[in-house]
Amino acid sequence: MSSRDNILAAIGKTKRNDREPSPLPQIPTSDTFNDRLIERFSETLTGVGGQVVRVTDWLDIIQHIEQTYRQVSISPAHRIVTTLPELSAVAEVGWSGLSPHLLADADLAIIGAHFGVAENGAVWLTESLLGHRAAPFICQHLAVVLNASNIVPTMHDAYERIGDAEYGFGLFMAGPSKSADIEQSLVMGAHGPKTMTLFLMV
Amino acid sequence: MNTKTLDHPELAERFNRDEERVDWHDQTLWWIRQKRDKAAHTLPEWEALREAASRIKLNVLDNLDEYLVQFEANALSNGIIVHWAADAAEHNQIVHKILIDNQVSQMVKSKSMLTEECHLNEYLGHHGIDVVDTDLGERIVQLAGEPPSHIVLPCIHKKKEEIGEIFHQHMGTPAGLSDPQMLAGLARTDLRERFLTRRVALTGVNFAIAETGEFVVCTNEGNADMGAHLADVHIASMGIEKIIPQRKHLGVFLRLLTRSATGQPITAYSSHFKRPRAGQTMHLILVDNGRSVHLGREDFRNSLKCIRCGACMNTCPVYRRSGGHSYHSAISGPIGAILAPNLDMKKHADLPFASTLCGSCSNVCPVKIDIHQQLYKWRQVITQEGEASAAKSASMQVMSTVLSNHWIYKFGGSIGRKFMQWFPGLVSNKLNPWYKHREMPTPPEQSFQEWYAQNRKNP
Repeated sequence: MSSRDNILAAIGKTKRNDREPSPLPQIPTSDTFNDRLIERFSETLTGVGGQVVRVTDWLDIIQHIEQTYRQVSISPAHRIVTTLPELSAVAEVGWSGLSPHLLADADLAIIGAHFGVAENGAVWLTESLLGHRAAPFICQHLAVVLNASNIVPTMHDAYERIGDAEYGFGLFMAGPSKSADIEQSLVMGAHGPKTMTLFLMV
Repeated sequence: MNTKTLDHPELAERFNRDEERVDWHDQTLWWIRQKRDKAAHTLPEWEALREAASRIKLNVLDNLDEYLVQFEANALSNGIIVHWAADAAEHNQIVHKILIDNQVSQMVKSKSMLTEECHLNEYLGHHGIDVVDTDLGERIVQLAGEPPSHIVLPCIHKKKEEIGEIFHQHMGTPAGLSDPQMLAGLARTDLRERFLTRRVALTGVNFAIAETGEFVVCTNEGNADMGAHLADVHIASMGIEKIIPQRKHLGVFLRLLTRSATGQPITAYSSHFKRPRAGQTMHLILVDNGRSVHLGREDFRNSLKCIRCGACMNTCPVYRRSGGHSYHSAISGPIGAILAPNLDMKKHADLPFASTLCGSCSNVCPVKIDIHQQLYKWRQVITQEGEASAAKSASMQVMSTVLSNHWIYKFGGSIGRKFMQWFPGLVSNKLNPWYKHREMPTPPEQSFQEWYAQNRKNP
C-alpha cells in the first residue's frame, strides 16, 4: 500500500461507531465593528504601522507621490512602479510581463485593493491587482489605493464578500513587513516593504 | 529517565543559573501574554469564537480522512502536486528528491515547525543541500547552531548583544553591534540576496481548505512570500491535522490566531496559495508522522486541534522560567509536553511533569485544548508504562507502602516532624530532589491524630 492509503486507513481505524461525528458549528458574530468603519479601519491600520492618507481623486495621489517620493529622492534612478493606469504620469506601468526579479530595485510600488477590514486594518488583494505576486513584497515601500466605501466590519464579513471567488493567489495585508524577533523590539521592514501608505479615496 | 540526554529539570536548572536572564525571559513572555489579553478583550464574542474554533477542529478530527481526500482532489485540480509522507524520513526524502529533480543544492525556508519536528535541515545538510532559514529569529538560531526555543518567537532566549556577536562571526558584520533596527537591517540585506537567487523555497502551512484546495501561510516578515514568489519551485509542508473544512472558517481562525499569539489583530500577511503562478511548480506534502496514532488516543486526540499560536507557552509559569530548550523537543511548552510523548514516550517521559497543572494554558488556548488535564493523564500513562524517573517511581512506591500501613504511617509521621524540626538543613537543601522542585512546609508540632486524641480528652 502507498503511504497515502496507509495514512487514510490508519485515520479510518480511529473512527468511532458509537457516536455521531461532531457537526460544524454556527460562526459567531457581533456588531462591535459595525459603526465608524472608516475611522476604525484607519485607527487600526495606523496602529500596526501603516500610514493612512485621505484623498479625493487620483490627482491628490499623484501630488502626494510627487511631494513625498520624487522630491526627497536622492537617487536619479528612483523607481516607482504601479498596476494602476491612472498613475502612469508618476509611475512605470507595463512591467507585469517581465521577470519578478526585475522588481528588485523598485523603491515604491502602488497597487489597488479590493476592500479593507475595519477590525484589523487589513486589505484584501488578489493576483489580478498585483502585476506580480512578488510586487507588494519586493519593493522598499508600498502604497495601496482603497475606496472608502469598500470597508467591511470583520473577517467574517470579509470571507462572505470573497465567497467562492476564483484566484491563484490572494492575501490579507495589514501594514508594512515587520519583526520583533530581536528582544521584542519592533522593526519595520523585515524582508518586505519598510512602509505601507494607504490612499483612502473618500 | 532511562535516556542519557539531560531531562527537563536538569536543563531548567542550567537555564536558571543566569538569574537576570531568567527574570527578563519571564517578564518578556508575560508582557506578550498581557498583550494577548488586551486583544482578546476587544472582542465581546471571544469565548464564542474559541468555542466555534474548537468545534470546527473537532469536526475535522472526526472526518479527517474525508477532508484530506477532498483537499487532495481540489489541490490537484488547482495544479498543485500532492505528496503523502507516513513519517519524518519519508517527508525528508520527498523534499530531497524534488531538489535533485530540479538540480538544485540551495533552498530558502520560512518558518515550519513540522520541518523542525522532521529534522529536515540536518537531513538535507548531510546530503550537501544548503538550507537558509529566512525568518529573522530562525536565521539567528540557525547561525548559532541551536533549535528555536519558542514556536512563534524562535530566539526569545537570546540577548541583542549575543545576536550582534553571532552576526559578526557568521556574516562578517562589525563587532559590538546591538541595535535591533541595525541588526534586522543587516539580516534583511543578507537574506534579500538569497531570496533573489534561490530557485526552490519551502514554507509551512497554517491552514489548508478542503473545500477549495488552497492553503494559507501567515507571517509578519513577508519571508514566506519573498521565498515562494521568487522561486521556480514552491514546496509546502503540512501536518495532516492542518485541514479546515471551508474557506469561511478562516474568518474564525485568523481572528483568533494572532490575537492569541502576540496580541496583534492579524499578521501583516495572510497569504492564500491556490494555484502555482505561471511557470512555477508547487508541491504540497501531507505528513502523518504519528498524528494518525495520536488521533486514536481518546484522551489526547484533542491536542491535534492546536493552531501553533504559542499562547500556552507565554502564560506558563514553568516555561517562562525554564526556557524552551529545557523541553528538548521541537515544540516546547505545555502543548509540546502533550504532543511529544506521542512520538516517543521514553524520550519525553519527563515533559508532562514539567508543569504545575495550574491550568492557565487551557484558559488561553484559542481552540480550547484541555492541556493541563492531558498533562495529568500523560503522567498516569507514563508511570503505568514504567517510564517515570527511577527516583519518582521509588518514592511513590515508598509512599504507597506507608499509606497502606497504619503503624508505619503513624511512626514515620512523628519521626519526620521531629527530624524536620531538629535538622531543617538536612531536608531543605539542594541534595533533596523533592526540595529542589518545591518549598518545604514548616512541620506541625503534632499530627492530627495526636491533636484529636488530646482535644477529645480535654474539650
